[in-house]
Amino acid sequence: MIEFIWFTVFVTLLTGYAVLDGFDLGVGMLHLFSKKDEERRVMLNAIGPVWDGNEVWLVTAGGALFAGFPPIYATICSAFYLLVMVLLGGLIFRAVAIEFRSKQPSLIWRWSWDILFSLGSFLIAFGLGLVMGNLIRGIPLDAEGEFSGTLGSLFHPYALLMGVLTVALFSMHGGIYILMKTEGELHDKLRGWINPLIIFFIMVDAIATVATLIYQPHMAQSIQYRPIFFLVALINMFAIANIPREISKGRDGRAFISSCVNVICLLALYGIGTYPNVVRAINDPEGLSLTIYNSASSTKTLEILLLIAIIGVPLVISYTIAVYWIFKGKVKLESTSY
Amino acid sequence: MNVEILARLQFAFTIMFHYIYPPLSIGLGLMLVIMEGLYIKTKDRTYLQMAKFWTKVFALTFALGVATGIVMEFEFGTNWSTYSRYVGDVFGSALAAEGVFAFFLESGFLAIVLFGWNRVSAKFHYFSTWMVALGAHFSAIWIIVANSWMQTPAGYHVVGEGIHARAEITDFWAMVFNPSSMDRLTHSVIGCWLAGAFLVISVASYYLLKKRHLEFSKRSLKIGLVVASIAVFLQAVSGHSSAQGVAKNQPAKLAAFEGLYRSEKEAPLRLFGIPDSKNEKINYSLEIPGALSLLVGGEVKGLEHVPKQDWPKVEAVFQTYHLMIYMWACMAILCVWSLIAWRRGTLFENRLLLKCLVASAFFPQIANQAGWVSAEMGRYPWIVQDLLRISEGLSKAVTANQVLGSMIMFGVVYFALFVLFIYLLNEKFQHGPEDGEEASPYHHIKEIL
Repeated sequence: MIEFIWFTVFVTLLTGYAVLDGFDLGVGMLHLFSKKDEERRVMLNAIGPVWDGNEVWLVTAGGALFAGFPPIYATICSAFYLLVMVLLGGLIFRAVAIEFRSKQPSLIWRWSWDILFSLGSFLIAFGLGLVMGNLIRGIPLDAEGEFSGTLGSLFHPYALLMGVLTVALFSMHGGIYILMKTEGELHDKLRGWINPLIIFFIMVDAIATVATLIYQPHMAQSIQYRPIFFLVALINMFAIANIPREISKGRDGRAFISSCVNVICLLALYGIGTYPNVVRAINDPEGLSLTIYNSASSTKTLEILLLIAIIGVPLVISYTIAVYWIFKGKVKLESTSY
Repeated sequence: MNVEILARLQFAFTIMFHYIYPPLSIGLGLMLVIMEGLYIKTKDRTYLQMAKFWTKVFALTFALGVATGIVMEFEFGTNWSTYSRYVGDVFGSALAAEGVFAFFLESGFLAIVLFGWNRVSAKFHYFSTWMVALGAHFSAIWIIVANSWMQTPAGYHVVGEGIHARAEITDFWAMVFNPSSMDRLTHSVIGCWLAGAFLVISVASYYLLKKRHLEFSKRSLKIGLVVASIAVFLQAVSGHSSAQGVAKNQPAKLAAFEGLYRSEKEAPLRLFGIPDSKNEKINYSLEIPGALSLLVGGEVKGLEHVPKQDWPKVEAVFQTYHLMIYMWACMAILCVWSLIAWRRGTLFENRLLLKCLVASAFFPQIANQAGWVSAEMGRYPWIVQDLLRISEGLSKAVTANQVLGSMIMFGVVYFALFVLFIYLLNEKFQHGPEDGEEASPYHHIKEIL
C-alpha cells in the first residue's frame, strides 16, 4: 500500500514537472520562430522567473525515484545512459543559455545562445518522450535487473513516436502559455501560430493512441480491469477539444487550464497503463519486470519519505503559487529582466 | 582504461567543477542577507547598490550550480548503479529531502529576489533574500548528511546477500546525525562563507586599487572582512573538532592526512613533507613532535593497522590536506593583517595589502576543493566505509566507451562554461555597481535582424 502511495507521489512530481516545465520547454522550442530581439526577450522573460523552480520538479522526481525505488532509478539511469547524457546536456545548455544570452549585445553571442536554448529545450522534450516510450514498450532486462539490450534498440519507432508526441505536446502547451503572457503585436502574431500547433498535436496524439492500442495492448489492460479509469481518457478528450474552442473565443487563460488538464491526463494514463511495472522487461514481462512492489525501499524508509512529502509538498505548493501570483499578468521588460 | 578508473575520474571532475559554484551561492547568500539587512536598517542607498550588484553575481553562480548539480544527481544512477541499489534506501532519502526542502525554497524565492524589486515591498524582498540564503544552506545540509553517512554509516542494517544486499534505514535520526555529519557540515558551510566573503573582499579591493566606486568598495570591504575574520576563526575550531572525529571514526584517513605509517603514542604534527608509501616514511619532514597526539588526544593509529592494498593514496591525501591548511593560514594571516591596518586607518591605502586581498578570492576555493579531495580520497578503497568497495559500486551494464564518451562531452562543455563564467564575471566586475536607478545596458538594441 505504502509503495502505491509513494509511486503516486512520484507520478505527481513528474506530472508537476510536465505541466510546469512543459511550457518552458515549449516556449524554448518556439523561441527561434520569432525573429526580433525584443520579442525573444519577451518570450524569455515570460518564463524567466519560473523556469528554474519548474525544473526542480524533475530534480525532486529523480530524488523521489532514487529514494523510493532505488533499483528502478539505477536501471533507468544506466540503461538509458546516452539518453540521460543528452538530457543532461540539454538541461545544462538551457539553463546557461537563459542566464547568458542577454548579458552581451553582440549578434553572434545572442544568436548562439538562442540556438542552444531552443535546441536544449527540444532535446529535453524529445529525450523525455523517448525514455517514456521505451518504458511503455519495455526494454530487455537480465536477472539482476540490468539492461541487456543494445543502444540501437532504444530508438524503436514507437519510442521515437512518443518523442515526437512529447515535442508536439510541449510546443502547444508553451504556445498557449506565451499567448496568455503577451500583448500587442507579438500576441497577434502568436495567435496565428497556435492553430497549427494544436492541429499538429492532435494528429500526433491520434497516431500515438492508435499505435499504443495496437502495438502496446498491455497499456489498455488496466482500463479493462478498472473501467472507472476510462473517465480519465474521456476527460482528456474533452480537455483537448476545449483548447481550440477557448482559443477561438480569445479566452487564453482557460485554454491554458485545458492544456494543463490535457498534460495531467496523459501522465495519468501513462501511470495507469504501466502500473505496477515501472521498467517493463520486454523479454519476460511477468518474471523480470521491475515493479513498484519488487523494487521499493523498505517500508520504514517509505514512511519517512511520506512524512517528508507531507511536510514539504504543501510548502512547495504554497510558494509556487506565491511566485506565480507575484509575476502574474502580461510580461513587461524591466531593467532586471533577462 | 577500465570502467572503474573512468567512472571515478568522471565523478571527481564533475563534482569538483560543480563545487566551484554552490559554495559561492551559500557564501554570497549570507553576504546578501547582511547587505540588504543593513539597507533595511539604515535606508542608505549604498547598501541597496551593494545588494543589487551581488544579487546579479549570485544569479550567475546559481545558474551554473543548478546546471552542473543536476548532472550529479543522475550520475549516481548512470555510472554507479550497483551503489545506487545498495544505498538508495538511505542515501536517496537525504537526496529527496534536499529537493523538497532546499531546492524549491531557493529557486522559488530567487525569482522574487532577482525580478521582484519593483513588485513586492522592501520587507518582503528582504524576507525572500533570507529564504534564498536559507535554501542554499539547506541544500548543503542534506547532501553532506548523505555523504557523511558514506564516511561513517549509522542508523542502518544490511539485508539480503550477494547482488541483492542493500542497506536499509533503521533509525532516521541516527542516520542524519551520524558521527561525522555535524562536524563535516559545519566545516563545509564555514568554507562556503569564506568563499563568499573573500570574493566580496577581492572585488572591493580591486576597485579600491583602481580608485573606482570608493564608497561602495570601502563598505563592502569592511563587511567582507568582518565575516571572513569570524569565519576564519570558527574554521579553526571546526577543523579541530573534525580532526578529532576522523581520528576516532576513520583512523586510516587521519593516518593518511598526517602521513603516519606506524602508530605512535606521541605522534608529530607534520607541517610539510613528501610521503613515500613504498618505504613507509616521510621525506623532508618538518614536524612539531607530539603535537598531533596532543590535539586528538593520546595514541594515534598508523596505517599499519590496515592491509597495504587497502591504503588510501597517501601521497595525494597528505598533500591536498596540507594544501587546505596552507590556504587557511593564508586567509588567517590576511585577516589579521587587514584588521591591524583597519585599526591604524591604513586599510584603504596599503596597496600591497590590497593586492594580496585581490588574490584572496582563490584561497577559499582552493581550500574547499583540496579539503574535499582529501576527505574523499581518504576513504579509499571504500565507497561506503567498511561496507561497500568502490569497485563494487559500478554500473554493470555500462561500458568504458560510454563513460569515456560522456566524460569527453562534460570536459568540452564544462571547459566552455568555465571560460564563459569567468568572462561574464569579469564583465560584471569591470562594469561595476549601478549608480542610482539603472537602465538595462542593452535596452538600446531593439532588433538583431
